[in-house]
Amino acid sequence: MPEQIAEPPALSPTGGQGRRSHAALLRYIGKRLVIACILLVGMTIVTFSLTNLVPGDPVAAALGQRAADDPAIVARFRAEYGLDKPLLEQYWAYLVRLSHFDLGTSWQTHNAVAADLAKAVPATMEIALSAIVCAALVGLTFGMWSAYRRGKVTDQVLRLVSLVGISVPTFWMAIVCFYIFYYRLGIAPGSGRLTPGLSPPPHVTGMYTFDALLAGDLRTFVDAAAHLALPTMVLTLYTIGLLTRFSRTSFLEVLDQGYIQAAKAKGLPGRKVFFKYVLRAAAIPILTVVGLAFGSLLSGTVLVESIFGWPGLGSYAYNAASKLDLLAVMGVGLFVGLVYLMINLAVDLAYGFIDPRVRVG
Amino acid sequence: MAQRTRETSVAQAAPARKSLTRRIWRAIPKGIRMPLGIIAAVIAFTWIVLCFIGPYITPYDPLAQNLPRFTEPGELAWLGTDELGRDVFSRIIAGAQVTIALALLLVVLSMCVGSLLGVIAGFFGGWVDETIMRITDLVLAFPTVILAMVTAAAMGASLFNAVVAALIVSWPPYARVVRSMVLSLRGGDFVASGRLLGFSPMRSIRQDILPNVAGPTLVMASLDIGTAALLLSGLSFLGLGAKPPTPEWGSMVSSAVQHFDKWWLGVFPGLAILTVVISFHFLGDALRDGLDPGAERV
Repeated sequence: MPEQIAEPPALSPTGGQGRRSHAALLRYIGKRLVIACILLVGMTIVTFSLTNLVPGDPVAAALGQRAADDPAIVARFRAEYGLDKPLLEQYWAYLVRLSHFDLGTSWQTHNAVAADLAKAVPATMEIALSAIVCAALVGLTFGMWSAYRRGKVTDQVLRLVSLVGISVPTFWMAIVCFYIFYYRLGIAPGSGRLTPGLSPPPHVTGMYTFDALLAGDLRTFVDAAAHLALPTMVLTLYTIGLLTRFSRTSFLEVLDQGYIQAAKAKGLPGRKVFFKYVLRAAAIPILTVVGLAFGSLLSGTVLVESIFGWPGLGSYAYNAASKLDLLAVMGVGLFVGLVYLMINLAVDLAYGFIDPRVRVG
Repeated sequence: MAQRTRETSVAQAAPARKSLTRRIWRAIPKGIRMPLGIIAAVIAFTWIVLCFIGPYITPYDPLAQNLPRFTEPGELAWLGTDELGRDVFSRIIAGAQVTIALALLLVVLSMCVGSLLGVIAGFFGGWVDETIMRITDLVLAFPTVILAMVTAAAMGASLFNAVVAALIVSWPPYARVVRSMVLSLRGGDFVASGRLLGFSPMRSIRQDILPNVAGPTLVMASLDIGTAALLLSGLSFLGLGAKPPTPEWGSMVSSAVQHFDKWWLGVFPGLAILTVVISFHFLGDALRDGLDPGAERV
């Protein structure tokens, strides 16, 4: 969803000097933290109400219709999961459980959701981090290039490429890539994170490529990286489209500013204008864009991982969603929501450091 | 808003020296002026037509399981048959009705809900504004697909629930944009004079605010159709949308995951999604560039 990029607030006469600016920065950080906390509470209310208030019958989903028709079984199930208590009490109990990282038990794997998540998260982070790095490098370059060549052939081509990028259904792209590179060409390894028979490197971060490097095990590293390549590529292609479109807009907005044109008109060399003026001003919207892109990338993993047999959050969410394993789906939702919230918070805080105007606003 | 209108009229008056043919050329929305734009328009139009007549012109019954299973694309079945012996081509054609119609419905609904809330928030301000905007922030605090997935999973798998879930995640951007437009309009002299003439809030909104908000909102909606189709087919791919016999593109791709070697099962429905999304995105871009030349936003 395209986010409106807020207009920068007008410059204040203080000019942001010395202790005053310091206090303003602290106040800004405090305000952001409070907002983040409120959103966090709101988030738990959303997941709680979805888990408890929605007409769908969790009993039938968990036990099957036949068991759901037996009142004794239903009553025991409801008592076991605390579904028979008043709502506020249920919500409080839910919060207490959350604070202990107790996300309930998955009806499908019979494990604690939190434990399942802990196992799945590093795998997803591995894809997500490599994809966001690749996508940011390529996408931001494309966006900048496209903006500088506005209206020219390069711009048209890049706009078309990015349009295709955001239009391709990621799950379809994953299947097509898997078919071509694995089944037809045989240059990509099969599904999973490692070739069967190879044992995973000693656990440090849970990301196999990192861990293998740390352990100095080159063979495992190459194998893990090869398995990582295809899912990363699919997610990167999608995110490149998004980043190109967004960053093109941000660069265009900056390039249209009077002071950029003044700098050019005064005869400053293009490189200097770019690094000193354009990049600095475009940094803020670009930060937002990368933050947003990371969020959509996490969503993308849900649609992509299961195709590559990648045992991450996405596969977990996919299995849980298709079996209507509500608590597991909620766990993923809460976790991803939390990550997204923290990214946005980090982006907001980074604003405060980069742009003094934001603090005063 | 008022300012932009003035700018546009100045911009139009300036290049009076340009020849007439060039001016006519300029009048066609920018994005459609090239061959690709025409292709996009044709594709989008074809899909919309198929959306109405699709079920009546399929070569086979999209639900009948009477063809040989896993036939390769060829004379018998143009795009092959699936694991139950159903014709893939017929299913894709019939599926247009599901995906496109629902995507359009979703966009219209989220535009209405979002704009309504945005107008209310922007016009009345105060605690109403605060409440609506905080809810908006909350929904936007989740990544779209994840929240839609969570909601759809909570409500149970069905197409109707998928649309409701998608609606819940799709209205906030409209509310935000409309609210900010209303805020800037509200201070306008023409709104104030209407109020001074004794317009009720409803009349003021209907007569002074809505006409000014409608254009940009429609452009936003047209850009959203492709995204909506992607979201809905994604939910179906997750098994949270269409139920098995329904010919829906996302779920067709999802059933192809089990049969990697039968490439036609997944490739063609995916291409259908891709062509729909890309052509609507393209047209949305063109519409925006055409109506709002100043803003080449995302």
